[in-house]
Amino acid sequence: MDDLFAHSLLVVTGKGGVGKSTVAAALGLAASRRGLRTIVVEVAAREDVSRALAASTGGVYAELAVSDRLHHISIDPQRAMKEYLRERLPVGVLAALISRSRVFTALTAATPGMRELLTIGKVWELAQHERRTPGAKPYDLVVLDAPATGQGLAMLQAPRTFASVARVGPVAKEGRAVASFLGDPRRTAVLAVSTAEEMPVSETLQLRARLRDELGLDLALVVVNAVVPHRFSDGDRRALQAAPPSPAQHAALFVANWAHHQRVQIARLRRGLQGVPLVKLPFMFQSALDPAALELLSRELEP
Amino acid sequence: MSIAERMAGKRICICTGSGGVGKTTTAAAVAMGLAAQGQRVAVVTIDPARRLANSLGLEQLGNEPRLIEPDHFAGQGVELRGELWAMMLDAKRTFDELIDLLAPDAITREEILSNRIYQELSSAVAGSQEFTAVAKLYELNASGRFDAIVLDTPPSRSALDFLDAPQRLTGFLEGRALKVLTVPTGAAAAIAARGSGLVFSALRRVTGVDLLADLSTFFRVLSDVVEGLAERASAVNRLLGDPATTFLIVTSPEPTPVEEAIFLRRRLREAGMPFGGLVVNRVRMLAHTRPTIDESVLAADLGGDLAARSIQALGDMRALARRDAASVRRLTVELDEHPILVPQLDRDVSDVAGLVAVQRFLFARRSERSALLAEQAF
Repeated sequence: MDDLFAHSLLVVTGKGGVGKSTVAAALGLAASRRGLRTIVVEVAAREDVSRALAASTGGVYAELAVSDRLHHISIDPQRAMKEYLRERLPVGVLAALISRSRVFTALTAATPGMRELLTIGKVWELAQHERRTPGAKPYDLVVLDAPATGQGLAMLQAPRTFASVARVGPVAKEGRAVASFLGDPRRTAVLAVSTAEEMPVSETLQLRARLRDELGLDLALVVVNAVVPHRFSDGDRRALQAAPPSPAQHAALFVANWAHHQRVQIARLRRGLQGVPLVKLPFMFQSALDPAALELLSRELEP
Repeated sequence: MSIAERMAGKRICICTGSGGVGKTTTAAAVAMGLAAQGQRVAVVTIDPARRLANSLGLEQLGNEPRLIEPDHFAGQGVELRGELWAMMLDAKRTFDELIDLLAPDAITREEILSNRIYQELSSAVAGSQEFTAVAKLYELNASGRFDAIVLDTPPSRSALDFLDAPQRLTGFLEGRALKVLTVPTGAAAAIAARGSGLVFSALRRVTGVDLLADLSTFFRVLSDVVEGLAERASAVNRLLGDPATTFLIVTSPEPTPVEEAIFLRRRLREAGMPFGGLVVNRVRMLAHTRPTIDESVLAADLGGDLAARSIQALGDMRALARRDAASVRRLTVELDEHPILVPQLDRDVSDVAGLVAVQRFLFARRSERSALLAEQAF
């Protein structure tokens, strides 16, 4: 996983509810501990990452420092549009006029793919060594807490689609630049987060197939979240099944069966992934996701 | 109250909540339970990952409801006295069908359907799923073929996108943006001094001429069906707020979905949408009485080592159950509603047996429910 942190951008996606935000935050923490100036990017203003990192959630769409080397931003497509216009239109007044205009609000809200394009465009900008945002310092690593599978793919596809639709002009040019950045496995790594359950595993395998077919990319890593520790062997399970019922027997059998079903799914995932590296994160029995738990998970993700 | 009581007199049940909480399974289980009671039920899912097809043991679900073979459930102790139909929404096909229906003539229809922007972007993008989902719901309801329709909402980041979808689309189509973009180039030059002309030229500068021309064509041809789409959207909105419609909020006891459920309840109230109940999936139940474990007795049955690990497992499960109980209490207070609890099972619920298990918890009468839940408690 050493080369994982050598990328400029890590895109973290997966089925809803599997813990993408947690993994993105833990990756950010691990990278910053390695000395990389890192930013964790969230979309759609849900602030799961900032909650996990216990960061201030006051200023949406600012690059907020969580610690020395760890930063956080929540991207809002509307703001990204305004920023984009400011950069494209030297006449500030004109930009202000336009950005106030309802036309642009409506345009970004309703033009198919525009929100995705603006969001991924801003992610790309954050990952550049030469930042376009005036006075902004470059980052060593950008970690994107991307939307769930389908929408995550749509976001990765948006620049390419726009580049081909627009053909010429600034949108086409930028679309091509962003698309080539996303398509370069040395600079961009796509990670899938899954849990060891039937449907998330199926979705992860489908994600990989679509990533390869539609974007020519492969997964750099699969993170299996919330894996119950392997504490009971098959022999233990049989002994527990045969034992007289009691609360401890019931709980142990439950945990043993749960872990067994997870192992079956992890084996299925491994078979389907054909060599994509896989890392497991432990299920947290004792605590909700607090800073200590996040710290522990980030250690598991260290190279 | 069980789902059966909550669904009395309702024709439409919309399952909403954040991703990964078992919405699709819940929707399918509600539909199955209603079908078991003798109703003719359709369950609609919007699902790139084909989860419902998976749950129902079907390889393919089309854009039209398909009857699920009753003997599919025969081995599971469920008798479907009614009919269970299932479909998976194809957003692009639904949109195409809508254009087909609304276009004033064949030329307009072809012009829209063959527009590059429409083709390349209408299917891949977030909002179109939400809008087509409710459009399909409307169509199925209007067909009169079903006693009840259960809708599984899109896996959007925020379930609110779904509520706002009809207004977002019509707001845009009727708005100023459309008028600006549909101004012909010559006329735009002539009014360049005015605000919309400035906007137009700035847009051109930013987006590139070709894209703008395509967008302009897209919105111009679409303007022929705007009225129809707007009518459809407001009809859909009325349907969502109808007393025969009910929104079921689905969550798990995890912190993020719980916050989303609370937020969603507030939004439903603000939007005047009918709230029909709360389902909390994957709950670890805490037993009412928790006698101290005699390790020596357990060790006699299991051996000292396994007994010690079993006691640790009990401690772990009770810690989880306490956290879940706190989540359920918070939900009960915040939503002022007694949630229907579905325990976490020690197996996957993605097959028919799993669906049947979930359906039992959803439809259990109050008297049976406590016993069912106690069986699962730690």
